[in-house]
Amino acid sequence: MSRIHVTTTVNGDTVEFLADPRETLLDCLRDHVGLTGSKEGCGTGDCGACSVRLDGTLVCSCLVLGVEAQGRTVETIEGMATGGELHPLQRKFIEHAALQCGFCTPGILVAAKALLEKNANPTDTEIRYWLAGNLCRCTGYDKIIRAVQDAAAEMRGAA
Amino acid sequence: MPKDELKAEFRLVGTRPNRPDGLDKVTGRARYGADATLPGMLWGAVVRSPHAHAKIVKIDASKALALDGVKAVVTRADLPTGLTGEDWNLQENTLAGEKALYDGHAVAAVAATSRLLAEEAARLVEVTYEVLPHVIDVDDAIRPDAPVIREGAADASVPPGMPPNVVRYLDFGRGDIDAGFAAADLVREQTYKTEATHQGYIEPHACVGQLGADGKGEMWVCTQGQWYIRKMCSAVLGLEAAQLRVTPSEIGGGFGGKTTIFMEPLSLALSRKAGGRPVKIVMSRSEVLRATGPTASASMDVKIGMKKDGTITAGRAEFRMQGGAFPGSPVAEGLYCAFAPYAIPALQHIGYDVLANRPKCAAYRAPGSPMGAFAVESLIDEMCRELGLDPMAVRLKNAVREGDTASYGATFGSIGLIETLEATAAHPNLAVPLGPNQGRGIASGFWFNHAGETSVTLAIGEDGTATVSVGTPDIGGSRASIALMTAETLGIRYEDVRVNIVETGALGVNEPTHGSRATFASGKAAVIAAEAAIREMCNRAAAEWGIEPEAVEWVQGAAQPAGPNAGKFPPMSIAEIASKMGGTGGPISGHHESVPDGFGASFGAHVVDVEVDPETGRTTVLRYLVVQDAGRAIHPAYVEGQYQGGAAQGIGWALNEEYIYGKDGRLQNTVFLDYRIPVASDLPPIDTVIVEVPNPGHPYGVRGVGETGITPPLPAIANAIHAATGVRLRHLPMTPPKILAAMKTKG
Repeated sequence: MSRIHVTTTVNGDTVEFLADPRETLLDCLRDHVGLTGSKEGCGTGDCGACSVRLDGTLVCSCLVLGVEAQGRTVETIEGMATGGELHPLQRKFIEHAALQCGFCTPGILVAAKALLEKNANPTDTEIRYWLAGNLCRCTGYDKIIRAVQDAAAEMRGAA
Repeated sequence: MPKDELKAEFRLVGTRPNRPDGLDKVTGRARYGADATLPGMLWGAVVRSPHAHAKIVKIDASKALALDGVKAVVTRADLPTGLTGEDWNLQENTLAGEKALYDGHAVAAVAATSRLLAEEAARLVEVTYEVLPHVIDVDDAIRPDAPVIREGAADASVPPGMPPNVVRYLDFGRGDIDAGFAAADLVREQTYKTEATHQGYIEPHACVGQLGADGKGEMWVCTQGQWYIRKMCSAVLGLEAAQLRVTPSEIGGGFGGKTTIFMEPLSLALSRKAGGRPVKIVMSRSEVLRATGPTASASMDVKIGMKKDGTITAGRAEFRMQGGAFPGSPVAEGLYCAFAPYAIPALQHIGYDVLANRPKCAAYRAPGSPMGAFAVESLIDEMCRELGLDPMAVRLKNAVREGDTASYGATFGSIGLIETLEATAAHPNLAVPLGPNQGRGIASGFWFNHAGETSVTLAIGEDGTATVSVGTPDIGGSRASIALMTAETLGIRYEDVRVNIVETGALGVNEPTHGSRATFASGKAAVIAAEAAIREMCNRAAAEWGIEPEAVEWVQGAAQPAGPNAGKFPPMSIAEIASKMGGTGGPISGHHESVPDGFGASFGAHVVDVEVDPETGRTTVLRYLVVQDAGRAIHPAYVEGQYQGGAAQGIGWALNEEYIYGKDGRLQNTVFLDYRIPVASDLPPIDTVIVEVPNPGHPYGVRGVGETGITPPLPAIANAIHAATGVRLRHLPMTPPKILAAMKTKG
């Protein structure tokens, strides 16, 4: 199948790639753009390990075609730290031991950042429901919820 | 060493520093199995049987090979013959021979220049099957007239006349079982069943394999054990182990499921056929669920005798487990663990390992123990209620102590079951009042723990920092705990130790990270290696000072004269010794390899409060408590993480997870939407208490913590549901329809 030329913005950089029209945005990010931080855990939109922002909207990049990124902006885990400074969520995940294997972590961080932009002061229940589409098999979620709460508190304090 | 002689005051052990791989993992830089790319790399895809049991009549790959860009097709005909025992099992599971033995069984594999092309080519491989009768359920598979999965698979333990799918038989016990039951005031016997579940690691299996015509190969792979990959791939493909170099990637969860091989030999076989080009294979989630991992399903009869005061006089367990189409269900471990928390004078255990048309089971967190605990801990709860006894008091009354002979025959060393139960009983969660439709359940759990082959090297850097090379992949923070123990021993900063998980060429053979062994065994070896390096550093200082090495001691990261008679010299720091080691005798390192002795057994107790909706039968977990003996928590946050993660997996097993097969023998729930593991909104906070009864077999008192936590949730939740509803569920998972039906029957 002939490939399609795609120009898009990923983490602020203009990137170009040739996408097979059957390839997902996740495939393109990982195999054509070289950003392997987004993970494939299921390929069916159930696990959230591939979570990215597309024009600001939180999506499973395994459910978006690569060609759909044409002319749009994509934010991935690789763009979350700015100027060498970790996002508070990234710092708090390390401090709270909110990761074990770390495979789900990129998707959870991207999703949690989207939550805190929408709701700076979420309840535990709101965090749990927001992250219900991000599977973690290692932690039982307890420390993840604490890390998100702590990051939210710090970000409220800084605002 | 008596436990009160173990050191109890530490500079670093017991603190919670940031894990050394944290930055890589929150920035997306950490490289997992599917994240590697090599020059000239091809992609592989696997052709899988759609049938549960079928004769393979013909495989025609001509259409696939006719596609531009398809470089190789591999079938069983490309693998060596003449293998026996578990090597044959592994080869047969890697690629089916005469028969496909389960839905998803690999039949052929292709390599092509892109992932999409490889998948397309796999679809074009034409396989002609002759479908055979199949059997899925363990109780069906053990019937004398069940479809025979493999003639001659039974080992010598199976007495003549057993049903054809029984491949291993166990019968062991102690005491006079009849007298034991006769001495009881209450004897009860029940049958319990658990369904197969999957480890559910979020990272699918992935590897890049390369193998030349000269038999030299390399592999990048997500695994719990790079040497197991090497050994098993070598056996399946007829390679020399030393010629295969296996590098472990970061691992996205394993829970036992990544201690064996699946598609790894296929990538090597394809590479060899494709002129040595590397071949990457990444499984889809459906492939993971259909063809890897699951644990066994179990059908269990348990009989217990109890006196009115709660003393358990006798126990009998008869377990039937299927572990797929190959021998190896954890029926023995299930039996060994079933009564392990209890001092019972008379015991009988009978076990059957049964073949069925399902994927070859792999280890899953405390293999066998959760099933046995579900049966025994449920029945004990039932009997406590019947006799009006407090289930916690009965567990304490019968609890095993140091010096007791375990139900499975070993003698317990220092163990912490009593301390664990006492800490559980004292926890404030037990005082929380319960409302209508709510119930509380408790249960205990056990895992042996494990040592295993271990080889570790520590090297002192030119600046006095230390590099530790270990062979146990870091699956839950073990690099942090090994760095803490090493730094504590050397007397340097935690940040000055780097722990690397190394490839198979860099150390002697290591067993995988399994059996709750990594922090115990690699940690113990790292401490012994550090002590060897300290001795050498003391030698260097002694030589410079012109005194005897025995007159030098190591204090706070420096050599110093041991007492006033040894001579007057200022302490010589590790950095100073290291900076001049090139001129004082060369590199300084320490190495240790052994099967470390003294791993300590692990006990835990869980308390769960649930609420059951009487209209829907849905169970909500309101609060959850894990109490477990860690010996010594080196990095308490990651010990808590093990407790919480184990509990979450157990909750999933208890309430929701199961392999569901259609009448055609095909797995019905092959995606995470249908094989639903607990999500964040399903779970409450999981409270933890770390009990520390130090293990005298480890320099810092460590006992493994990884596995026990999955064991108590199954019975604890069954017990809580009974307390909430009055109905007893003896068949997992306890889904809303099952609970509702049971409540309706009860009326």
